[in-house]
Amino acid sequence: MKKIEAIIKEENLDAVKESLTQAGFVGLTVYAVKGRGTGGGIQLEWRAGTYKVDLLNKLMLMLVVKEEDYQRAVDIIIRECQSDHTGGAGKIFVSTVDEVIRIRTGERNDAAL
Amino acid sequence: MNTGDIAWVLIASSLIMLMTPAVGLFYGGMVRRKNLLSTIMLSFSVLILITLQWVLFGYSLSFGPDIGHIIGGLQWLGLKGVGWEPNTDYAATIPHIAFMLFQMKFAIITPALISGAFVERIRFSSFLIFVLLWSTLVYDPMAHWIWGVGGWLKNLGALDFAGGTVIHITSGVAALAMALVIRKRKGFGKVTMEPNSIPLTLFGTILLWFGWFGFNGGSALAANGLAVHAIVTTNVAAAAGALTWMIIGWQKSRPSVIGVATGAVVGLVAITPACGFVDAISAIVIGATASAISYFFIQLRNRLNIDESLDVWACHGMAGTWGAIATGIFASKAINPAGADGLLYGNVHLFLVQLASVVVAWVFSFTMTLLIAKAIDMTRGLSVDEHAEEVGLDISQHGEEAYASI
Repeated sequence: MKKIEAIIKEENLDAVKESLTQAGFVGLTVYAVKGRGTGGGIQLEWRAGTYKVDLLNKLMLMLVVKEEDYQRAVDIIIRECQSDHTGGAGKIFVSTVDEVIRIRTGERNDAAL
Repeated sequence: MNTGDIAWVLIASSLIMLMTPAVGLFYGGMVRRKNLLSTIMLSFSVLILITLQWVLFGYSLSFGPDIGHIIGGLQWLGLKGVGWEPNTDYAATIPHIAFMLFQMKFAIITPALISGAFVERIRFSSFLIFVLLWSTLVYDPMAHWIWGVGGWLKNLGALDFAGGTVIHITSGVAALAMALVIRKRKGFGKVTMEPNSIPLTLFGTILLWFGWFGFNGGSALAANGLAVHAIVTTNVAAAAGALTWMIIGWQKSRPSVIGVATGAVVGLVAITPACGFVDAISAIVIGATASAISYFFIQLRNRLNIDESLDVWACHGMAGTWGAIATGIFASKAINPAGADGLLYGNVHLFLVQLASVVVAWVFSFTMTLLIAKAIDMTRGLSVDEHAEEVGLDISQHGEEAYASI
């Protein structure tokens, strides 16, 4: 089983969610996070002039999928979040999960996904 | 007495009452989340303290029987003799106690305005002491000089319809003096200090604009054409100030909401001394110019690296100064026969008197505030320690959080 953690822009959430659902990945969790990449931040307006914000609002999309499915899920996220703009499209982290348990039934691993 | 006048002055007093907590919301939106309650509380506590100060002795010092053109006497302590009969010197058609109530709201909002200078590190108990001392030693004498019967600036012929000099110059200059004494916020100029809620700042602006109709319109002290005129010029100047700020911001990058809110307030400040003496077109010029002036002085303050945190000096001090001078330029007896003609109508005298009253307000407020600030700072400290500042004043000073987590 693989855990996919994708840091994405807020404006990409709806499209990613829709495409993941269509591909059969219904269960997911979204966190509101603040962070920055190598760009370092952006300028926002103050009363007279601007100020630098070095932590931006982003979303962390988290889902755990079967080993054989994860490349498909990752491809969907990349497809929906890629853009021509430079910077800020996000990153995807994939890691191996030892165990998954559904709390209601006690089912484990693939049966719990 | 006139029942219409009484009703209007009571409504106007209620409108102005709303403005002091509104200052708290206006400032509160601009600080970091950990200091939101503290910032709102600064203004709210002035509403409490100065209501009592005014009734006990503040009103008597400001408007009581004159002593040497400098200060009011103590005959009206505890509102003794301030009753239902009119005081014909101040307002002939309403109860004396209604005039007292109206003036109380002015005395309350003035120290609340100063609080923007030292948010996010002021020690709450020191702030309360500051407010009591400042109101008694700076506001009450200034109010007497310009508005009190026998006051020496009033005798010179200075015009201040609704408190541009008494309220905005004194508070703005006091803010600068306080910022020079109290230490800067930790990380000032180095770390980003993000506003926690621009909508809250805009909400405060809306309440201020609304309340200002009572502030300026009520200063006619009667339900008459002059009151209506003052409200019209007030509304016009606010719009001109907001639009000008929007244009300046847009030219540099984008038209921010916080900029437009600031522009509206600055326009309102500048028209305050002039609103009952100038026509609507002059009000547009006064409001628009005020925004350009305050914008410049915010940038200057930034360059000077002074942590006058929410620009009370640039917005109230400088726009108030412009408003007082503009009154000397644009005032017209054709608008208000009880006023005087300004420079534009060939009268140099009023212009010079306005300049003199500006200089007096600057020097008096700056010097006295510096002394009061130094005295408090040396005896008990104006600011909290750095740890309390890092934790935030909401928790360290009040034991509360604006938004509980989870």
